[in-house]
Amino acid sequence: MTQNLQTESLRARRVVMGIPLLWLLLLFLLPFLIVLKLSFSETRLAIPPYAPLLEWLGGVPHSALHISNYAFLFTDPLYISAYLYSLKVAIVSTFYCLLLGYPMAYVIARAQGTWRTVLLMLVVLPFWTSFLLRVYAWIGLLKHNGVINNILMYLGLIHQPLTMLQTDFAVYVGIVYSYLPFMILPLYANLEKHDGALLEAAADLGARPFTAFVRVTLPQSIPGIIAGSLLVFIPAVGEYVVPSLLGRTDQLMIGRVLSDEFFENRDWPLASAVAILMLLLLVIPIMLFQRSGGRELESHH
Amino acid sequence: MVDKQQAYVRIEGVSKRFGDFVAVDDVTLDIYRGEIFCLLGGSGSGKTTLLRMLAGFETPSSGRILVDGRDMSTVPPYERPVNMMFQSYALFPHMSVEKNIAFGLEQERLGRDEIRRRVGEMLDIVKMGNFGHRKPHQLSGGQRQRIALARSLIKRPKLLLLDEPLAALDRKLREHTQFELINIQKALGVTFIVVTHDQEEAMTLSTRMGVMNHGRIVQVGTPSQIYESPGTRFIADFIGSVNLFEGQVLGEAEERRRIRCNELGCVIRVDRHLPSAQDATVWAAVRPEKIHMTREPPDGLAQVSPDTENVARGRVRGIAYMGDASVYLVALDSGREVRVTLPNSARDAEQRIGPDEIVFLSWHTGSPVVLTE
Repeated sequence: MTQNLQTESLRARRVVMGIPLLWLLLLFLLPFLIVLKLSFSETRLAIPPYAPLLEWLGGVPHSALHISNYAFLFTDPLYISAYLYSLKVAIVSTFYCLLLGYPMAYVIARAQGTWRTVLLMLVVLPFWTSFLLRVYAWIGLLKHNGVINNILMYLGLIHQPLTMLQTDFAVYVGIVYSYLPFMILPLYANLEKHDGALLEAAADLGARPFTAFVRVTLPQSIPGIIAGSLLVFIPAVGEYVVPSLLGRTDQLMIGRVLSDEFFENRDWPLASAVAILMLLLLVIPIMLFQRSGGRELESHH
Repeated sequence: MVDKQQAYVRIEGVSKRFGDFVAVDDVTLDIYRGEIFCLLGGSGSGKTTLLRMLAGFETPSSGRILVDGRDMSTVPPYERPVNMMFQSYALFPHMSVEKNIAFGLEQERLGRDEIRRRVGEMLDIVKMGNFGHRKPHQLSGGQRQRIALARSLIKRPKLLLLDEPLAALDRKLREHTQFELINIQKALGVTFIVVTHDQEEAMTLSTRMGVMNHGRIVQVGTPSQIYESPGTRFIADFIGSVNLFEGQVLGEAEERRRIRCNELGCVIRVDRHLPSAQDATVWAAVRPEKIHMTREPPDGLAQVSPDTENVARGRVRGIAYMGDASVYLVALDSGREVRVTLPNSARDAEQRIGPDEIVFLSWHTGSPVVLTE
């Protein structure tokens, strides 16, 4: 009887585990392997626009594994500069998201009942409108004769309109604005669980509110900071829409390079190499971090 | 040693209101240096709110609190010469035991060596010398309790507030820890104010205690004063178990010492004059362990009549065997049930009074406490 129940629950568990596994297999691993394969092949003017990895030349199998796509990425400064610029934009945007998001998450976590629900609603509210539309709206705000310049001129604070569109500033504004909820929500989830008695204990032992925050609240919110930062940083590196609409024209981010290689130049293998390298750049540091720091943090909870 | 010369903590007419709810209602209380003072009360009696006002986490709605003659009204918690041990212990989960204990000293900006020395000493005092590098989640409940105590004592406060210090411990550990708490309190000469809902804990720990109900202090005294001479029916009932008999004071020329009690079917005689008027309704409180239960009427009494003094007749209804003692429930002829505790001094069960036996209950004139409210 118990034997039956055990096999039953084991089977049920396999089914439950199987669904997400299948999802990841079909929609992540398989496409990834295709892209990986593509990145090692050669461009061709054909449909599809690449050469197969294994060719039969006169009845003899002939391998055509090329690393030239990767080599090319390092020879042309365009790619390296796009990678570095993307990393810089992602790091700066993540930093500002944290700077803005932490106090907001803190206030929401401290708010009482109805207030808390309302504030959380407000954080999620922008998702009701398309991301693309909201970024477009920023053009109207930032452009030469846009809302912000008009207001500043009217108030007499400036006499010449400020150039905000197509600058790094506009990209930061766009990314921080778009991804702020992804910073706030995990931070809120973390801060909300904090035990208020710990801050009272710190005060009781002589810590002023700021010291208590730095020594008690902040260290305990590190898992939330990491989760939020990753949720902002990873998509920010590959961001395409924001820099395309608001960003500089003289400096591309890697997402734009990838799309250009793919759609404009129809160089699928090179585009795939760009994608794989970006993935490695993101995944390897995160994996290393999780191996060392992640486990240490885990043990606190 | 308790220094009764001057109050160390003086609570003057302190009230605390949360909206319409009065959590603490006009409490005035003096606590002396070296005391272990227990605030005892049920949940919602205001004891914890009073403690939190002493720590500075709540501000009184009216009245003031003085510690060592200094008004604490405007002093924030981080500047008070008071430390608190929290009910949940509130140990910092991301810090080691040593770091937790050192936290208070680090706020005073003491030197690293000085901090290490004092933390080491404190760990020895609470017998946790080998656990300095552990994290709180690696400790048992009893060990966490010690660390919480060590952390709250590290700044050498003159006054330590303890919020249900033993509530999270199991019974055996609690008894052991009680005595240790008393030893540490004596050794360090700290004044303790302990909040508890557990009357046993209050009795064994405290030098004096205050019983709270509905935000008010209803009685202050030593544990034995409160147990033996409760001031009201509430206290008599709250502290330990008690039989309360309602009756009327009999009018007598020189001195009123007798109460007619229909529930008991006899007259209660006490050893002192009753200040209440003739026929006034009063309650006589008799503790279960102060009632004698015998198979034969005491003093060769032949019959129990309504005029008999301090003897009632009944039938054993139920027996609860507690090991060291047995609690008997005896039904009187009036239908009233009386609780009687007898020590199980003999091992032989044959000698004990069994169920359904007719028994006689009697007590000394000094045993009943007469209450008017």
